[in-house]
Amino acid sequence: MGSTAPMKVERPAIDVRPDLPWLAIVWNDPVNLMSYVTYVFQSVFGFTREKAEKLMLDVHHKGRAVVSSGTREEMERDVQILHSYGLWATVQRDS
Amino acid sequence: MSTGFKPTKTGVSIRLDAAEASVLRSLVGLVLGLVEPGTTGDDPLQRALGIGAAEVPSDPVLARLFPSAYEDDEAAGEFRRYTEATLREGKRADAITLIDTAAGGEVELTTEEAGAWMRALNDVRLMLGVRLEVTEEVHEEIARMSEEDPRYPAFVTYDWLTYLQDTLVRALW
Repeated sequence: MGSTAPMKVERPAIDVRPDLPWLAIVWNDPVNLMSYVTYVFQSVFGFTREKAEKLMLDVHHKGRAVVSSGTREEMERDVQILHSYGLWATVQRDS
Repeated sequence: MSTGFKPTKTGVSIRLDAAEASVLRSLVGLVLGLVEPGTTGDDPLQRALGIGAAEVPSDPVLARLFPSAYEDDEAAGEFRRYTEATLREGKRADAITLIDTAAGGEVELTTEEAGAWMRALNDVRLMLGVRLEVTEEVHEEIARMSEEDPRYPAFVTYDWLTYLQDTLVRALW
């Protein structure tokens, strides 16, 4: 893999697979701007501005939000891209 | 002071004076110095494959730039071994793009360069944010802070970078 920075996650908008046991989580931190986090969600996941803003506000108010789900490999890939943008993201198994 | 970024037909532009450009280049140079050496393993094959160390970096700035992806130390270490070198390379490339393009006068950036600036500005803000231990009330804290406070210049710089990054995001939207 070359530069990780401007990559997009290419995946259907609605994931219909029933078995999506892993999650990518973004955590609140005092540095990342609300505008920036929204922009990153839009450009990385292709979310609408409305959906990206809702997730950003979840991170801001609840301290964390699930931003995607899928296989472990997919979630590691998402988290690596989010790290390239400086977001604080983690992988965990859905429980 | 700069009025921030504006959208253009091919990307964004910003008017910087020479001192502002110089501050930007030197701050991003600090990030570059932090991410550049890399903690790839001693094994030449591992180094060639970009496989690095599994430990959380001892510098809290690096620990924030390359956060642990798992709560579990072993899984976090494996993830770090296979991703940190690539992430360092990306941050390095972003920093170099900003250093090469930041100059006094009208700075015109392509969308791609603007993306590199956005991430590089964020990395600088993360670095300062960790060092200054900023909280979400940083803006109010600066408003209350005495200009005699030794931390004042660094906090004002942080606030300026926040403003620049926010106008950049809005110019790209």
